[in-house]
Amino acid sequence: MQAVIARPAVKQQTHWVDYLGHLLLALIALVLLAFLAAPLLAILQQALQDKTGRLIWFDNFIAYAQTPALLESLWNSVWVSSLVTLISVPLAFGFAYALTRSCMQYKALFRGITLIPLLAPSLLSAISLIYWFGNQGVLNSWMLSVGIEQIYGAPGIVLAECFAVFPHALMILVTALSLSDARLYEAADAMGTSASRKFFTITLPGAKYGLVSAALVTFTLVITDFGIPKVIGGNFNVLATDIFKLVIGQQDFPKGAVVAIFLLLPALLTFSVDGYVSKRQTAMLTARSVPLRPKPSRAYDAVMTAYCCAVAFLVLAMLGMAVFASFASFWPYNLTPSLRHYTLGLVDAEGGAGFINSLKMAAGTAFFGTALVFCTAYLLEKTRGMDGLRGVLRMLVMLPMAVPGLVLGLGYIFFFNAPDNPLGGLYHTMTLLTVCTIVHFYTTGHLTAVTALKSLDGEFEAVSASLKVPFFKTFWRVTLPICTPALVDIARYFFINAMTTISAVVFLYSPETKVASIAILNLDEAGEMGAAAAMAVLILIASSIATLLFMALAWWVNRRTQAWKA
Amino acid sequence: MTHDIFLQLRHIRKEFGAFTALQDINLDIRKGEFVCFLGPSGCGKTTLLRIIAGLDVQTAGKVHQNGKDISRLPPALRDYGIVFQSYALFPNLSVTDNVAYGLVNRKTPKAEAVKRVTELLKLVGLPGSENKYPSQLSGGQQQRIGLARALATSPGLLLLDEPLSALDALERVRLRQEIRALQQTLGVTTIMVTHDQEEALSVADRIVVMNHGVIEQVGTPMEIYREPASPFVADFVGKVNVLPARVANGVLRFGAFCLPEGGADREVKIYLRPEDVLASPIADADEHVFDATLEKIEFLGSFCHVRVGSPTLGAHKLTIYLSLNFLSEQALQIGSTLKLKLLPERIKVF
Repeated sequence: MQAVIARPAVKQQTHWVDYLGHLLLALIALVLLAFLAAPLLAILQQALQDKTGRLIWFDNFIAYAQTPALLESLWNSVWVSSLVTLISVPLAFGFAYALTRSCMQYKALFRGITLIPLLAPSLLSAISLIYWFGNQGVLNSWMLSVGIEQIYGAPGIVLAECFAVFPHALMILVTALSLSDARLYEAADAMGTSASRKFFTITLPGAKYGLVSAALVTFTLVITDFGIPKVIGGNFNVLATDIFKLVIGQQDFPKGAVVAIFLLLPALLTFSVDGYVSKRQTAMLTARSVPLRPKPSRAYDAVMTAYCCAVAFLVLAMLGMAVFASFASFWPYNLTPSLRHYTLGLVDAEGGAGFINSLKMAAGTAFFGTALVFCTAYLLEKTRGMDGLRGVLRMLVMLPMAVPGLVLGLGYIFFFNAPDNPLGGLYHTMTLLTVCTIVHFYTTGHLTAVTALKSLDGEFEAVSASLKVPFFKTFWRVTLPICTPALVDIARYFFINAMTTISAVVFLYSPETKVASIAILNLDEAGEMGAAAAMAVLILIASSIATLLFMALAWWVNRRTQAWKA
Repeated sequence: MTHDIFLQLRHIRKEFGAFTALQDINLDIRKGEFVCFLGPSGCGKTTLLRIIAGLDVQTAGKVHQNGKDISRLPPALRDYGIVFQSYALFPNLSVTDNVAYGLVNRKTPKAEAVKRVTELLKLVGLPGSENKYPSQLSGGQQQRIGLARALATSPGLLLLDEPLSALDALERVRLRQEIRALQQTLGVTTIMVTHDQEEALSVADRIVVMNHGVIEQVGTPMEIYREPASPFVADFVGKVNVLPARVANGVLRFGAFCLPEGGADREVKIYLRPEDVLASPIADADEHVFDATLEKIEFLGSFCHVRVGSPTLGAHKLTIYLSLNFLSEQALQIGSTLKLKLLPERIKVF
């Protein structure tokens, strides 16, 4: 028996087709190492060096801790993010609860309205707030009477972030609240349980993981957001604006890297807690669960409708103000509609070129990103062999979720701008902007692809092998056609995010490759608030049209490729 | 039936980390034979099938198929067709495309492929379903397509991984008979994994009973049922009464019964099938007859599971089968007494 154990395990020969799969996996691993792992390592390296490139270990961190201004930013970031989390998660929970657990009318409409902010850069809400509450804002006097001296600074950041993160928290909570088992409520009803007791003993525990996840995501989004504090932060410094100032303003790369690592921490925490939480969440719901169908109750539904109306009204007010202001000739003195800001933004400030760049980048991200994400997910899920490499790849594809865009962008500067990097030629190019955006939003696409692939029968590849059909044929004839709806979903996600992203690309553009979302920032810096609003509105419109087109595409694809569905 | 060995497994061992799924499996399967791997879930039967298919790789051991060492060959270089419990039909392809999936890749001319598909669909009893999609077919029909697809390339070995488990009871019985008939027509060597003993007993030429990663017994269905090699086999295949007994001085004693039994003095258990205790016919001169009292009747249709107690058995109870007609003819109910006869030659002692 001992002899049997001592012998090395039998190794199967590798078919040439499998070698092909391995080669592709290796190539993908190389790409992710070069465009994700290496830039992140470059940050670490910078943080441990002084400006001349000498290794000084933690001296930069110590210097950071001895700079009161920077410490204040850290504290500002933390308390602002916490406050936004405390405000927006309960609000989103109420909204998600109304959407999933009431019989109110127009649910799709309410949901649609609150998701609109996702289609615009997050700083749109900051611009709107300035028009509402700024020094020349419509409600400025009202704000002063509440005791807030000015919107620039913490109040503005908190308010704007609440709007920006609301849809993100909402989506997570709607998912969490949809996963409910009606039988638990029926059992509780049979025992005569009160509504509030049901809420605290069934609903809340059931949504616990969703709440944790929503809170973590909100906190991370706020602490890593760059656009809003840049526009409405005034003299109120946070980590994200610090990085920008340190790196772009003072060219102090080591300190910038230290701040980036501070930004990476909450994201990494979110990432690990979220992974743990989602594992627990799936374990709670069995295949036998009966979905809960809310029962109509006039008073309760009316309260829920009123609440949702209020939230939807606020969202629309926010969006509407930006649209209105973008058309106003000369705020606040001459409000007659004109296209002055659009002309200024598109023509004079070369926003038109930026807009084309944005569309190019979004299209490139959607196309190449979807292809890369799907092929990688397929190879990881459905082929065999090279287990060591697979482990590394699985980690790499999840990593972007934990890396804020600002940190990724900074890593790209450090890595691709290094004088001896053979890939340095990519710096400032559209290609690098596109690659950076793909990597930035990689994980969500990957998870969508994996979900789609996991819903396929796990034995397709085994059957194909037994019929001597190579995996790529089955991929082309079976897997790809079945998964096209998921592909369209991934492409839409990439496209919209590429249109609206600021944080990763803000470090990487050159005058030739400036994208529209960056143009907003530049216009805002130049004091052209109206034109900034106009550009933001244009992005919103473009994203909306793209969304509609993607929906049409999804419909068409469904008809073409899903005919086999009974 | 020819007796040349078609598939030979030697010292197959499979470990998943610290867990040993299979230990030292040795098995010969003859050409044209229908073999069932039978065992409870987790006994390693599916793992063994997947090793034969090359879908899992054994930690140690050799597999020979048709005289050729295939131990290290990837699935695509082996010669078998496989059918899974989940059907694994390609949902976006029509029945024709599914069945012809392996033919197309062999550069079979289109007309020939179409002819072959028609032929196969007729063989599995679904002619005329060429242009349907899998979702338009019932589970049983889908599994027949799965079978046709696996047979399309005329493989030398057919592997069936719990092909009937996802079907309802009636369909399961119908399809298992069809599979058996098909297998006998084509003469293809077939291995079917199942946890359903009735299924195994009804279709197999030989059954391989497995438990905890080892083979407990290999034999014809009749051997497995009548001559179980171990308590596990006796217990897993069919119903059995288990009674404690004692062997002393060459005599086996349980209750008031004394039967000759060799070997050393020891505590044993006797295994007795319900049908080996008869209620009729019993002649006056018969031995091993005892009086029993009906304690519980479980009605199952044409016959009943009846639990009886008897002073002859002491505190132990027996479950026997009585036909419904017998019960009503004798006007038996709970509390009634009747005479029963034991068939001592059928008793297994472990």
